[in-house]
Amino acid sequence: MTSAHSPLDPPKAAPGEPVLEVSDLEVSFPSEAGRVRAVRGLGYRVDPGEVLGIVGESGSGKSVSSLAVMGLLGAGARVSGSIRFRGRELLGLSDGELSRIRGRRIAMVFQDPLSALTPVYSVGDQVAEAVRTHAGVSRREAARRAVELLDLVGIPNAAERAGAFPHEFSGGMRQRVVIAMAIAHDPDLIIADEPTTALDVTVQAQVLDVLRTAREVTGAGIVLITHDLGVVAGVADRVLVMYAGRAVETGTVDQIFARPRMPYTLGLLGALPRVDEAEKRPLVPIDGQPPSLVQLPPGCSFAPRCPVSVPQCTLGEPALAPVDGGTGHRAACIRSDEIARSEAVPAEIYHVEPVRPAREPGPVQRASRVVLQVRDLVKHYPVSKGLLRRRAGLIRAVDGVTFDIRQGEAFGLVGESGCGKTSTLMEILGLRAPAAGTVRILGRDVVELDRRARRAVRRDLQVVFQDPMASLDPRMPVGAAVAEPMEVHGYPRERIRRRVPELLRLVGLGFEHADRYPVELSGGQRQRVCIARALALEPKLVVLDEPVSALDVSIQAGVINLLDELKDRLGLSYLFVAHDLSVVRHVADRVAVMYLGRIVEVGEAETVFGAALHPYTQALLSAVPVPDPVTERARERIVLTGDLPSPADPPSGCRFRTRCFLHAALSAEDRAVCATVDPPRKPRGDGADHEVACHFARPRKVL
Amino acid sequence: MGGFLIRRLANYVLLCLVATFLAYALASLTFDPLARLAERNPPPPAAVVESMRQELRLDEPVPQRFASWFGGVVRGDFGRTVTGQTISDELGRRIGVSLRLFLLGTVVGVAAGVLVGMVGAVRQHRPADYLGTLFAFVLLSMPTFLVGTLLKFGGLQLNLAAGTTLVYFTGEYDPGLRGGWGSALVDRLQHLVLPTLTIALHQIAYYSRYQRSAMLDVLGSEFLRTARAKGLTRRQALLRHGLRTALVPMATLFAFGFGLLVTGSVFTERIFGWYGMGDWLVYGIEQQDTNIVATVTLFVAVMVLVSGWLADVLYAVLDPRVRIGSLGGHR
Repeated sequence: MTSAHSPLDPPKAAPGEPVLEVSDLEVSFPSEAGRVRAVRGLGYRVDPGEVLGIVGESGSGKSVSSLAVMGLLGAGARVSGSIRFRGRELLGLSDGELSRIRGRRIAMVFQDPLSALTPVYSVGDQVAEAVRTHAGVSRREAARRAVELLDLVGIPNAAERAGAFPHEFSGGMRQRVVIAMAIAHDPDLIIADEPTTALDVTVQAQVLDVLRTAREVTGAGIVLITHDLGVVAGVADRVLVMYAGRAVETGTVDQIFARPRMPYTLGLLGALPRVDEAEKRPLVPIDGQPPSLVQLPPGCSFAPRCPVSVPQCTLGEPALAPVDGGTGHRAACIRSDEIARSEAVPAEIYHVEPVRPAREPGPVQRASRVVLQVRDLVKHYPVSKGLLRRRAGLIRAVDGVTFDIRQGEAFGLVGESGCGKTSTLMEILGLRAPAAGTVRILGRDVVELDRRARRAVRRDLQVVFQDPMASLDPRMPVGAAVAEPMEVHGYPRERIRRRVPELLRLVGLGFEHADRYPVELSGGQRQRVCIARALALEPKLVVLDEPVSALDVSIQAGVINLLDELKDRLGLSYLFVAHDLSVVRHVADRVAVMYLGRIVEVGEAETVFGAALHPYTQALLSAVPVPDPVTERARERIVLTGDLPSPADPPSGCRFRTRCFLHAALSAEDRAVCATVDPPRKPRGDGADHEVACHFARPRKVL
Repeated sequence: MGGFLIRRLANYVLLCLVATFLAYALASLTFDPLARLAERNPPPPAAVVESMRQELRLDEPVPQRFASWFGGVVRGDFGRTVTGQTISDELGRRIGVSLRLFLLGTVVGVAAGVLVGMVGAVRQHRPADYLGTLFAFVLLSMPTFLVGTLLKFGGLQLNLAAGTTLVYFTGEYDPGLRGGWGSALVDRLQHLVLPTLTIALHQIAYYSRYQRSAMLDVLGSEFLRTARAKGLTRRQALLRHGLRTALVPMATLFAFGFGLLVTGSVFTERIFGWYGMGDWLVYGIEQQDTNIVATVTLFVAVMVLVSGWLADVLYAVLDPRVRIGSLGGHR
C-alpha cells in the first residue's frame, strides 16, 4: 500500500498518540421547530489500530458526529468544538483542503451498499477514481491498482469483475467494493457507519472479516458505528454509547458488556434477544422514546425513560465521570455508583415480569389443529433478458416447500435474502392456486376457493409488514386504519365503534391515539397500530414479515413482548419471517431454515437452534454475533464463502454443496453423492420434531 | 437482437401507416379543394371544375385514394398539390429548413435547460434557483407567438442600438446577398438567431424544471456522499456523479421533445417567415390540400418514432442497468 504523502501531511504518529481526537463537538441543524441539537459536547479519541464502537439508536447523533469528522454535513449544519486528526484541527478547513484528506487519510464506509455506488459507472472505474483522486497515476495504472484492491477485499475474478456495474453485484460484494475504495490510500482512520446493517448475517460475517483485514493491512484506527451490540462485542476494542447527542457511557468492550453502569446501556443490553439463549426470558423494553432534540428535557436527557431516576436527575445533565475506580470506564449517571454496588441485571432495574413461564424442556405435544398446511409449494418466475425481453430462464424462488403450522404455534422461516422466504409468504397470502403443490388454510384447499370463500378466508389470515410507515396510509388517522378491515368485511357500525378502542388497548396504545396520524407516532407505536389492524378481524393465523427489523432495539423489545403475549392470550398462530435469528429464536416455537427455495432443516426451535444438524443452519448460527465479548472471542466461526448461487440455475444434487464446509471436507466418493443426489428431508430418527435434508448431517457446536 | 429490431421496425412502419391514413382520411373528408374554384369571379366553366375533380380523384372512395397515394410515397412520389406542383420537389427543402431549426434549437434548449436546472437544484432556495424558476414559469405560460414577437421587438432594439443589422427577422437568408462562402454563413447565422432562440427558450424552461427535480433526487443520494468521501470536491462529485446520473431519466424527455417539435414550430416558422414543415401544414390546410397534410403528418410520425428509438438508444448509453440485460432485472 503506497501513496504519495504530501509534505504538508503530518507524519505518521508515534504509538500512543491518537489518530483522532474529538472534543466538545456540537452539531446543530435548522428545522421548522427550531434548532435540532444533534450532537452535544461529544468527545472521544481513537488510537492507531484500535476499533472504537459507537453505539446508539437512531437519532442518537452517532452518524452525524462522524459525518462532521468527514466534513460532509449539509450547508445548514453548524459545527463547533474541535476535531483533531493527527494533531491537526479539521474544523474550519475549506472543502478543497478537506478533499485532500478525505479518502486518503480518512476513509469512510457507508451503511447501504446498494445506494453507495454510482449506478452508471463500473465498479472498477469507481475504485480507480478513488485511486486517481489522490495519486497522480495514469489511467491504466489506476485500473491495475483497482483490480488489486478488489482482489484484496475478496472479489473473485477481480480482473474480470472490475468491468461489472454495481447492479450486477450482491449487497455484500458492493460493500466490499466500498471497502476497497476506503483502503485505496492506506488511510490512518476508517469510519464505518453501520457497514453491515443492510446485509445478511453470513455476509455480515464476511464483511467484518474484510474490515479486520483492512485494519491489519493499513494499521488504521477504525470507528465502527452500529446499533448492533453483537457486532460491537465481536469487533470493537472500546465502546462509546450515545444517547440524545451525548456520550452516556464509554469503556473497554468488556467493561461495557459485563459491568454497564448507565441505565440506558443496561436497557439496551436487556432489550436484545440472544441467539445463544435457550431459556425464554422477557426482553427489556425501554419505555417512551428518545427526547426531541429541539426541546430537551431538563437535566439528564434519559431521565424521562429511566426506571431508576430520582428528582435530582432533572437538576442538571450529568457529566461523563469515571466509575469503578477510574479504569477508563466512564458513565454519565448520578446513580452509577449505586448501580455498581447493587450489580443489578437489566430485568430487575426495568421491573420486567416474566411474560410466561419457561417451557418444560423436551418434546412438546403439538396442538392437533392444523391452521396452515403447505405441501410441495412451487413458485417460479420467468426472467426476461435485456431490452429484448427474451425469455432467459426461470427463477426457482420457491421450489418444493412443505411445512405446517398448528394452532397456537409461532412458525419461523429463516434464510438469507433471496432464499425464497418472501415468495413463500406471498404465495400463501395470494390465496390463489399455486403453480404446483397445495396450500390448505384452516383445512380448506385454496384451489377450491371461489370469490366469497376467499374473502372469508382472508378474515382468518392477516398480515403485518416490515415497514409500518409504508404500510399505513399517511392521511388516515389511526382509528380509521384499525376500523378499515372491519368496514370492508361489513361489521355493524356500532360494533366497530366499540372494537377500535379495545384493539388499541390490546396492543398497548391508548384511545387518545385513535385521532392521531401515523406521522405523529413513533416507529414502535406505528407497528402496534399495524398489529391492531391485523387483529381487527380476529384472525387465526397472522403472517409477520420482518415485523421488528425496522425498529430500534429498545422499541423492538416491546413489540416482540407484545407479539408473544398476544399469541398466548388469543391463541394465535404466527408465520414469522425474519432475517434476525436472535429474534426468531425468541419468538418462534418451530423454525424452518430455507436455502435456495427449499427447506433444509425444520423442527422445534430449541432443537434446531440448540442442536442444528444441517451445515447451512450451523453456518447461519455461527455467523450471528452474540452480544457478549467473552463468548464472541471464544467462538469459532464458520464463514461461508461467496454469495447465494442464482436461483435460476441451482447447483445439481444438494443445492448447498457449493458453499458447504462439510462438503469440502468429504472424500471424493461422498462428494459425488452430494453432487448427484438431491438430499431428501428426513426425520432425525429418535422421534424428535426435527427434519434435515443433508446426506452427511452431523452435530457441531456453533454457539 | 436482429429479429427484435426487425419486428420493432415493422411495428414502426405500421404505426406510420395508421397515423398517415387517419390524417389523410380526416383531411379528405373535411377539405373541399373545389370550393375555391367555385368562388372565383367569374366562375370557371363547369368543365374546368369537372376536370379538376377528375384530376384530384375526388369521386373515388378515401381508402382507394389513400392506397394509390401511399403507393406513390413508397416509390418516393408524394403526389401533387392542389395547385399542381410536385410535393416531392419541395419536401426535401422544407425538411432541411425545419431540421436546421429543430436541431439547433434542441441542442441549445437541452444544454441550457440542463444547466439552469442543475444550478437551480444545487442552489436550491437561493436567488439563482428562484430566478430560474421564475424564468421557467413565465416562459411556460407564454404562447410561442408572444415570445416570437417579443424577440422580434428585442432584435429591432438591438439593431437600432448597434446602428447596423445584427439579426434578421424574416427568411432564412438574404436573397440579394453577394459575397463569398464566409459572408453567406454569417448571413445564415444572423437569420437563425431569433427563430432558434424562440424554440430554445421554451425548451430551456421546460427541461430545466425536470432537470432540477431529477438533480434534487440525486443530491440526497448516498453515492454522491461516497464520491465525496473518496476525496472528490463538491464540484467534481456533482458533475461526475450527480449530473451524470440525473441525466438518465431526462433521455426520454429529450428525445420525445425533439419529435414533437414540428407541431410546436408552426408559429415560429410563420412569424419568422421560414418555409419549413410547420408552415407547410398551415399552408396545406389553407389550400385544403390533403396531400400536403398527409405528407407533413407522415413526417411527424417518422420523427416521433425515430425519437422513440433514439430515446431507447440514449437510455441504454446512459444507463448500464438497461444496457446489460441482467438476470435479476425487473424492468
